[in-house]
Amino acid sequence: MDNKWYETSGKNGEVVISTRIRLARNLEQYPFPIRCNAQVKQEIAEKVKDAVLNSNSVIAPHFSCIDIDNIDAGEKVSLVERHLVSPEFISEKSQKYLLLLDDESVSIMINEEDHIRLQVMREGFDLDKAYEQASRIDTLLDERLNFAFSDTLGYLTQCPTNLGTGMRASVMLHLPALQSTKAMRKISENLSKIGLTIRGSYGEGSEPTAAMYQLSNQISLGISEKTAIDNLKNITKQIIAQELKTREALAKQLSVQDTIYRSEGILKSARLIACDEALKHLSNLRMGITTGLINNISLDTINRLMVEIQPAMLIRQNGKPLSSQERDAVRAELLRNNFQN
Amino acid sequence: MLCQSCKTKQANTHIKTIVNGELTEMNLCSECAAKMGYGNVFDQFFDIGSLMSGFMGESVGKALAPERRCPNCGITFAQISKGGRVGCAKCYDFFYDRLLPSIKRIHGNTLHTGKRLRKPQLHSGESSSEKTEIPNEISRLSQQLQAAVKNQEFEQAAQLRDKINELKASLGGEQ
Repeated sequence: MDNKWYETSGKNGEVVISTRIRLARNLEQYPFPIRCNAQVKQEIAEKVKDAVLNSNSVIAPHFSCIDIDNIDAGEKVSLVERHLVSPEFISEKSQKYLLLLDDESVSIMINEEDHIRLQVMREGFDLDKAYEQASRIDTLLDERLNFAFSDTLGYLTQCPTNLGTGMRASVMLHLPALQSTKAMRKISENLSKIGLTIRGSYGEGSEPTAAMYQLSNQISLGISEKTAIDNLKNITKQIIAQELKTREALAKQLSVQDTIYRSEGILKSARLIACDEALKHLSNLRMGITTGLINNISLDTINRLMVEIQPAMLIRQNGKPLSSQERDAVRAELLRNNFQN
Repeated sequence: MLCQSCKTKQANTHIKTIVNGELTEMNLCSECAAKMGYGNVFDQFFDIGSLMSGFMGESVGKALAPERRCPNCGITFAQISKGGRVGCAKCYDFFYDRLLPSIKRIHGNTLHTGKRLRKPQLHSGESSSEKTEIPNEISRLSQQLQAAVKNQEFEQAAQLRDKINELKASLGGEQ
């Protein structure tokens, strides 16, 4: 089986973890989800499932259908931890289904905020390919489902913030150097002026855990998919250059080197480790690898571990429920096994 | 309800997220939400509500009884502006004039320029139906242009004019 997108690092992998394209679509003949009862939602779900699973496309047999209302809570959370669905999608039961491609690179959420949320994930910095694939599947669905569309407003969505292309393009960025030099606030202010937005991927504080950020387009009406993606690409390139330059300068400082090597020590020897702490050290190690301080671990391993050490993923892997402390022990063991030389 | 983060200001932003393996719902004030990077989005939602209700005008709203409902899904404009969610595709037609100021505020724009839906073809020849669709669109846009000029929305009028010219040019090119 092919590697999943989070198990390998891709283009510009030292800074860009992954690329995502999400398209919001609705079926013209049905009200948006807030105005649908369970029966109508079920009807919509059947139509979308049929359009994907019974299409003549070569990828149709590679999709499986997950009934979100009938899987356990841990499995649901692990879908969010793998970035396959949004937290909103699993928050309440109501005829929600996920169509998932077997390498987990394409997910189609049914009855989320819109009838259809089509998402394509790729490793590294790869916006063009991700969009191309999303658009191809969109066109395929369009042939079988009648999408709500207006000549002036484009694809019609439940929330007016998604009108037009219905597209959110985003890149997940690892920015430890820019974060530690307190540059993020300024960057964020400037981005909002040009229709982009940046927010933390993990954690709930103003300093995101593991220095992981999600950069995406904010505007979808009056801007074509290509222009939106080109804007995002240009800004991402500038951020990558700035981050790498800052990393290089920081890596010369003894205190920074000390932090990185200490993190390596902790990951190699801890017996109990919480998720946030592990993410923080993995982030430090990531920076160590890209600045040449750490040589015996690959970025692929770090990327994979950042997903695998998440609580619900550990429980899923373990096959039985784990208490918080048991999780910390299993997590520490998983990390030690990966960092043994 | 007070903001869970600063515990001083009133919470007005509701966020669902995963914290340590569990789905968590947070209620934040707009400042704390902004610090966590949720600012832009939620300012807009807030604006949709206030803008839409402001646009409607209290007195006008009360005078017009009973309130108009979308003939397709039955939602009222007050419900849309309260929730920041539109009821169905037809709402965008039915409440077009009232939704437009908010849409313009969110996107800075009111005309789609991206990928276009491939409408099911009524005629067997693909190009013939395309040719009838374009003049339809031109006349629709022309009506909007007149309305925009009347309302002194010159920026939007300019966009519409450009779009119409573009469509006319594409017709000319084909023939």
